[in-house]
Amino acid sequence: MTYLQISAVGKTFTRGRASTEVLRDINLDIEKGEFVSIIGHSGCGKSTLLNLVAGLNEVSSGGIILENAEVHTPGPDRAVVFQNHSLLPWLTVYENVNLAVAKVFGRRKSAAERHDWIMDNLNLVQMAHAKDKRPTEISGGMKQRVGIARALAMEPKILLLDEPFGALDALTRAHLQDQMMEIHARLGNTMIMITHDVDEAVLLSDRIVMMTNGPAATIGEVLDVPLERPRRRLELASDRTYLKCREAVLKFLYERHRFVEAA
Amino acid sequence: MTLPATDDSKITALPLKGKSATVTTIAPSARKLDIAALTGTIGKNVIPPLIVLAVILAIWQVVFSQPGSSLPPPSEVWAQSYDLIVDPFFVYGSQDIGLGLRVFTSLQRVAIGFGLAAIVGVAVGAVIGQSIWTMRGLDPIFQILRTVPPLAWLPISLAAFMDSGPSAIFVIFITAIWPVIINTAVGVRNIPQDYRNVARVLRLNQLEFFTRIMVPAAAPYIFSGLRIGVGLSWLAIVAAEMLTGGVGIGFFIWDAWNSSRLTDIIVALVYIGVVGFVLDRLVALIGTLVTRGASAS
Repeated sequence: MTYLQISAVGKTFTRGRASTEVLRDINLDIEKGEFVSIIGHSGCGKSTLLNLVAGLNEVSSGGIILENAEVHTPGPDRAVVFQNHSLLPWLTVYENVNLAVAKVFGRRKSAAERHDWIMDNLNLVQMAHAKDKRPTEISGGMKQRVGIARALAMEPKILLLDEPFGALDALTRAHLQDQMMEIHARLGNTMIMITHDVDEAVLLSDRIVMMTNGPAATIGEVLDVPLERPRRRLELASDRTYLKCREAVLKFLYERHRFVEAA
Repeated sequence: MTLPATDDSKITALPLKGKSATVTTIAPSARKLDIAALTGTIGKNVIPPLIVLAVILAIWQVVFSQPGSSLPPPSEVWAQSYDLIVDPFFVYGSQDIGLGLRVFTSLQRVAIGFGLAAIVGVAVGAVIGQSIWTMRGLDPIFQILRTVPPLAWLPISLAAFMDSGPSAIFVIFITAIWPVIINTAVGVRNIPQDYRNVARVLRLNQLEFFTRIMVPAAAPYIFSGLRIGVGLSWLAIVAAEMLTGGVGIGFFIWDAWNSSRLTDIIVALVYIGVVGFVLDRLVALIGTLVTRGASAS
């Protein structure tokens, strides 16, 4: 049975009399435990689609169903890792995660259990050592790891990652991608990740959803990535399947991009 | 506050010097430099104003020492108001008390009026900042009311409360509340959408959102409003007390003027200035302590 079902979803933003159709007729089914990347040029409505799944925006037409329940409002069962980490700067790393844990598990877990759960998640992203630091005192990559820990600590049905590594340097990004694969292997979460990095998409995903250019963007193509897990970045660099997938995505983006310039 | 801490760590660090590496020896020497830098900054910040003060007093002394001058020179202030300057807390009778005690009475009124203004102002400002329609409706009214001078409120508040004590407090309240409301509203409107999204994903309720996100995120704005507000309340209390009477520092000035004790007025002015300065710095200090870390992202 399909875990997350996005059917015939459209989104139109209206401001005064002007209205912009951002997304049209999006259909996508995601299975439990799948890692799906959404890739497309900037402005194609990738983030809008993620916000619709998160419930931060409401769909204009169609519907999104997560485990037999329709998505209308945001909630901790669809945790979001925001592009710019969105940690609260007046709270320490521990308190930031605690804010989520206290809200989600406040009644179900005892204080000691909550503490252990926070530390488990900080350990998972290797940030337990900085638990008493404030976000201003740690690096960009560390902030993003804490953001991931906060999202994981909500024990979400689905984890939504909005260009999580976009603002990081290449080395830190590679390190976090590896960690993300480890976490996915260990916990088996269902994840949707938005990216504009072709290598990142091929490396991490089970499927890559390629979006056409906006306005009224839709899904152009869905590519299966039939690579065995665990995947190792170095071995994949010369792997034929990997290169093929990479080429397919590049071709899609390249052709579409040219199409936009001509228009 | 830093000095005792430095001394302690120096005492503990020194015995380690023999067996431990450079790390421990570097730390105390860096702190010694800190002390030197500290005395340096104190020197830079304290000595110039002292020199300027001495020059001003000297000029004042020279200019107003001529026979027939309208105001007393510093030496006469010292001689005639000696007891006021030296002992701020004497009590010779119900109306003959030291300036420290009078300032204390005024401060109590300010504390009540300003405290109410802070609580109501933050609450109202939060509501206005959250809703675009209350903002549109109330902002023009607030912008007009905030320009009304403090004393203009006094007659109407005397009529409403029929008593000078509550009236003075009301004048403080109504003077101090506008900057608090307006700054809080701006602060709340400027809360980044990301923080709001975090709150929505976590499904924080209204109260949790207010205490966990809104107040800390808007705290720098709130405190700049409070700082303006406390300055205005101190301005207002002195003026209000001149008219309402009682034991406050404002009435003291009016009383001294009526009995031609010019030197007492000058001493009272110094008191008012110093207390106003301390109030301002106090709110600023609380602000920096509370908003520590809330500024950058």
